[in-house]
Amino acid sequence: MSTPAHKTRSRSRVGPLTEGTASSLDVDALLDDPHTGIIVCCGSGGVGKTTTSAALALRAAEHGRRVVVLTIDPARRLAQSMGIEALDNTPRPVVGVATEGGGSLDAMMLDMKRTFDEVVESQAAPEKARQILENPFYIALSSSFAGTQEYMAMEKLGQIHAAAQREGTYDLIVVDTPPSRSALDFLDAPERLSSFLDGRFIRLLLAPARGPARMMSAGFGIITNALTKILGAQVLRDMQTFVAAFDTLFGGFRQRAQKTFELLQADGTAFLVVAAPEPDALREAAYFVERLSEDRMPLAGLIVNRASPQPEGVLSADEAMAAAARLRKHEPDSLTAGLLRLHADQSRMVEREARLRERFAAAHPEVPTAVVPALAGDVHDLDGLRRIGDLLAGG
Amino acid sequence: MTGHAARIQGLPRVTRQGPANTLHYVSEQKHDWPRVRLHVVTGKGGTGKSTVAAALALALASHGKNVLLCEVEGRQGIARMFDVDPLPYEERRIATGLPGPEGSPGVVHALHIDPESALLEYLAMYYKLGRAGRALDRFGVVEFATTIAPGVRDVLLTGKVFEAVQRNSRNKSAIRYDAVVLDAPPTGRIAQFLNVNNELAGLARMGPIKSQADTVMTLFRSPRTAVHLVTVLEEMPVQETADGIGELREAGLPVGGVVVNLVRPRDLDAGDLTSALAGSLDRSTIRSDLKEAGVEDGNGLVDGLVAEARDHAERRALEDEQRALVGDLSVPTYELPRLAGGVDLGALYELATELRKQGMA
Repeated sequence: MSTPAHKTRSRSRVGPLTEGTASSLDVDALLDDPHTGIIVCCGSGGVGKTTTSAALALRAAEHGRRVVVLTIDPARRLAQSMGIEALDNTPRPVVGVATEGGGSLDAMMLDMKRTFDEVVESQAAPEKARQILENPFYIALSSSFAGTQEYMAMEKLGQIHAAAQREGTYDLIVVDTPPSRSALDFLDAPERLSSFLDGRFIRLLLAPARGPARMMSAGFGIITNALTKILGAQVLRDMQTFVAAFDTLFGGFRQRAQKTFELLQADGTAFLVVAAPEPDALREAAYFVERLSEDRMPLAGLIVNRASPQPEGVLSADEAMAAAARLRKHEPDSLTAGLLRLHADQSRMVEREARLRERFAAAHPEVPTAVVPALAGDVHDLDGLRRIGDLLAGG
Repeated sequence: MTGHAARIQGLPRVTRQGPANTLHYVSEQKHDWPRVRLHVVTGKGGTGKSTVAAALALALASHGKNVLLCEVEGRQGIARMFDVDPLPYEERRIATGLPGPEGSPGVVHALHIDPESALLEYLAMYYKLGRAGRALDRFGVVEFATTIAPGVRDVLLTGKVFEAVQRNSRNKSAIRYDAVVLDAPPTGRIAQFLNVNNELAGLARMGPIKSQADTVMTLFRSPRTAVHLVTVLEEMPVQETADGIGELREAGLPVGGVVVNLVRPRDLDAGDLTSALAGSLDRSTIRSDLKEAGVEDGNGLVDGLVAEARDHAERRALEDEQRALVGDLSVPTYELPRLAGGVDLGALYELATELRKQGMA
């Protein structure tokens, strides 16, 4: 989902920022560096962001860091193995982590509505909070509003970070983000909230609640008439109640969003963009990379997941196909012909993926990259995460 | 067609031409969804739902048929797939359909739906709010409605899809489509997306927007709609597909078929797969075959091929497990191959041919 900021600010593409070719991403150096306090994984859907976040967190913990991983929507079995099936918005210790190095790992799954409710409760007096929580507009907004999830992930990050600073609970927070471009919407949150608050429409909605305003202009009449006609008077009333009740909260939200933004820009934060070697996923990755550098967010590197394994031998795809055809002429279901065709298919996949990665690297040579080969099966236990961790670290 | 030409404002620079009838012949048979006018295509990220939506649109556009392919996520994926200029908020011819036995193919049109334009069009169409619509825009109402107000975005997007399926007298000169294919939001959000009119109808207990929302829900819940789910044969996407079907059924939305995409090539038969897994492939036969085909066994080629076969067999076994789970969903399923070269325009027609062969269109 795009935001007003995407629309109004025309974006130009960002090309190479340095000379030379992309270096490889040293994952262990990043995890072991005590200055790394926050790692944010972003990328489009289906590229293995959640698994990557969990694998990074586990590896860091087993390297002696005290880690919490905040995930959005893990696969059921992975969630089970980490002990976070329950959505209770509180980090829980993960059982089975090797803690000889003095590290630890907690995990939690984000409950977006719960987080939103908590913010309202902490910001408003009980009576007012109750009013907001019961308003039909709030209920719809807090559970289904596009962008809420992204914003709440950052809200939770801010909370956990503040608590960790206060109580010394964690020294590394790994954050998984929702699977969409709007994962970067939190970057716009402060700007968005200000424009929302200062918007004429909000002032208009608030006008009756704030007493007789001088808005009874021609424009006002047209607007309220149109809205009543489209929405009906009752909806408009609910909306006004909601906005009036929420008005006092927005100031607080704006401040918090600004703080989170600064936290993300700080030195201790590292963004990792996760992608698969597919044109769409890499195009999204380019978007993330460009957007992050535009907002001067500390980008640590790109992780390309699910890369096809390099076939052995030097036989090219074309040669293999030609040989397979020759064999099939004499023996239609020749095993060797089948093997050669598989080899050709595999070589073509690898070639295509390598070309896509090269194109990305040519446009963004400043982004260190780690390539993780595809595993045959899905990952749903700590051992699987350890394997991914090894692969991420180049092992 | 000529009667509708006025609505296709500004002829597109390019209409992609598909294969001519003589090159590609797929027999027109009764397909599985004869009553469906609205095909909603969803799927987990990375499963290729946009590709499947495009291929389905091509497959449905047989002789004399007009098919509309809609996208709602602001990605311009259709323009990219068909290699044409970015699409505006306006129906455009983008390609000829997949030819059938009865002569020239139909036409696929495309529409990129964005909520702002949909809102302004809606206001103009239903409320004759030309001036007031612009005033709403000036006052930030359009921005509020499309980005901040809960659910309104989805109401507008689904509302426009509804309008394209159920053309009425307010939009006289518009093309009446034989089918509309919607490249919809991902599986995790689909029930909520389609059900949003219902949610809104709950929020607005009366008034004109409620009756509009109710009408839209009636179409979405009717047998004229089918929600197809795209998956790949991996654990998470299959699980999500099963969950998605559950959510759709709970919301009273009609579940269509499951399209299994990116299926691995099947160059080895069951017996060879078993031997590959057991590590008992006959290396000497392979070696002599290679020699016969004129391939040098340098650098451990035989070992490499055997290792690749084992890896492939492992993945095929995992695919089969997931395929069985897809079978248990008891909905029609279709399978599309993974194309090593990626998806281009030719590939879309290839996939369309597959879908038609298997009876999806």
